[in-house]
Amino acid sequence: MEKRCDITGAPPAVVCRSIHKSYKGVKALTNLSLEISKGELFGLIGPDGSGKTTLFRILTSLIPADSGTAEVAGWDVVRDYRQLRTQMGYMPGRFSLYPDLTVAENLQFFATVFNTTVAENYHLIREVFQQLEPFKNRRAGKLSGGMKQKLALSCALIHKPAVLFLDEPTTGVDPVSRKEFWEMLRRLKNEGISILVSTPYMDEANRCDRIALMQHGEILSVETPAQMRAQFPKKIYRLEVDRRFGWLEMLRKAPEVESAFLFGEALHVVFRSDADALAFRTNAPALAFTEIRPEIEDCFIYLMNKTEK
Amino acid sequence: MKHAAAHTFLSFIKKEFFHIFRDVRTMLIIVGIPVTQILIIGFAVSTEVKQVPTAVYDPLKDASTRAVIEQLRASELFDVRTMLEHPDEIDRVFERGEASLVVVFGEASVQLVVDATDPNQGTTTAEYASNIIHTAGASPLQIVPEVEMLYNPELRSSYNFVPGLMGLIFMIICAMMTSIAIVREKETGTMEVLLASPVKPAHIVVSKMIPYFLISWVIFVLILLLSVFVLNVPVSGNLVWLNVLTLLFILVALSLGLLISTLVKTQVAAMLVSSMGLMMPVMILSGFIFPIESIPAALQAISAVIPARWYIAGAKKLMIEGVPVYRVAKEMLVLAGMATGIILISLRNFKTRLE
Repeated sequence: MEKRCDITGAPPAVVCRSIHKSYKGVKALTNLSLEISKGELFGLIGPDGSGKTTLFRILTSLIPADSGTAEVAGWDVVRDYRQLRTQMGYMPGRFSLYPDLTVAENLQFFATVFNTTVAENYHLIREVFQQLEPFKNRRAGKLSGGMKQKLALSCALIHKPAVLFLDEPTTGVDPVSRKEFWEMLRRLKNEGISILVSTPYMDEANRCDRIALMQHGEILSVETPAQMRAQFPKKIYRLEVDRRFGWLEMLRKAPEVESAFLFGEALHVVFRSDADALAFRTNAPALAFTEIRPEIEDCFIYLMNKTEK
Repeated sequence: MKHAAAHTFLSFIKKEFFHIFRDVRTMLIIVGIPVTQILIIGFAVSTEVKQVPTAVYDPLKDASTRAVIEQLRASELFDVRTMLEHPDEIDRVFERGEASLVVVFGEASVQLVVDATDPNQGTTTAEYASNIIHTAGASPLQIVPEVEMLYNPELRSSYNFVPGLMGLIFMIICAMMTSIAIVREKETGTMEVLLASPVKPAHIVVSKMIPYFLISWVIFVLILLLSVFVLNVPVSGNLVWLNVLTLLFILVALSLGLLISTLVKTQVAAMLVSSMGLMMPVMILSGFIFPIESIPAALQAISAVIPARWYIAGAKKLMIEGVPVYRVAKEMLVLAGMATGIILISLRNFKTRLE
């Protein structure tokens, strides 16, 4: 079987070429192309309904694309799906373990599903699983959100997959568990496992090697987080005011303002040009604008607005 | 590699048993339904008669009539309470509800006056009484009509209900529970993980069927024990072949469950389809409630595709009539054919992908 390889002789983790997918006439993915290198921690960032889950299901051979081709670890997702299914780990968006089986039983079961044993690849899951150890005999359905996700990750890892697909693994998980989860992903990457992870949280994007911003089934941009922030073409200002919603409405009506949106406790404002910024700030000296480095979310909103227009 | 596959398969079966034994509702359905159904329908909802309040008007008072009355008293079916002195009293005991049957001895005949408010009960009472009077050997007495009851001389309803109920129970346990068990994996998202694993889809579904197959067989043994020791329904035929016939039917029911699971997406839909699509026909068209011979010809034709019809017919022959096995060969072949056909269709329907 012919395989496409990079210089080191290993095929890229993921290759997509012009993938189209519609559900009953509604477009889910449009002309999507993407390449992820071996060993990369790659993030798919986008709001709900942007096509992240559809892309995951195509790459994990669970649904066929309408057109276009995809390869994972060198295997064609349609033709070679049998081989592919031994090589990948997949953690779907919603909790997908057996709630009526205990933590240990779930892990044991998924190990046998992949023709392996818990002992064989224990070093991969040791750190996560040590946290689960005290709850070994608890039913998976009775675990907290963070613990559930750690168990699901352990189950997806138990056969040491070449490529790991994680669909929104941190959604609905507390901030501490989220942080631990990402540290875990970093360690797995160091073990040589390629990881494709999706998240709706923009702050998690910075932890990826590269990210793709997705919107309406299309990829708006693929960059490293640092490049993406550096390439932001305009100046961005942070404004801390009381009555944020009133100001937001006012700013959006102002002709000088290109975009304004809520960012936590403050507002982020982008002006049409530097001249506009100067004019606006002179007219409203009471408003404390601070120029800041753009966040991933700023880049995303900027790119989104650009495509909408 | 072969060994590894067998190991995976066994762990699927083990997992399935955990699902069954840890879910209170599943346990209630698979143990509670068979036991209560058999006992309730076998005991309470029966058309048989017992201790019918009886009055006798015997103007002759000779040895032969006395013999008949003794026979009636001896039977647990009749409770001879009142001896009437005058024919006018006959109406009165009925009006007061003191008797449901009055036996009136005449010079050359015996008249049976029966309360036929419930026609089934009335007919059965009359049949019993005439049987007893006939066998009492009272020679000058002529009893018309003379009906001989084959296989179920006492017209015991549980004889008829037990095979029918078994048909119904296995449809519930096998078809409904299997389809729900498979669809639950789709609903909870675990099917997505299993499909993305190297396990063969056929293994996933077959491992779902095996626990229900074993449990159904245990339930069958339980039902047989209840029938024989509690309801006094005999097993006249060959027990081994009765088991074979039942296991064939269980296989058909399981494959129907598998077929349903490939057609629906939610547990609720699986339950609706299996109850409306499988249990209703079993109740109405299988000969369980209405005899096949008495339903319209068009419905009779439809009933030919209902597996329970063949099972109930075969089970009645083997259990009650005790016929040799070649007499149920047709039923067995039909069931075996149905099982093979449905399994092939549903395995073809079961997708290796999500859509």
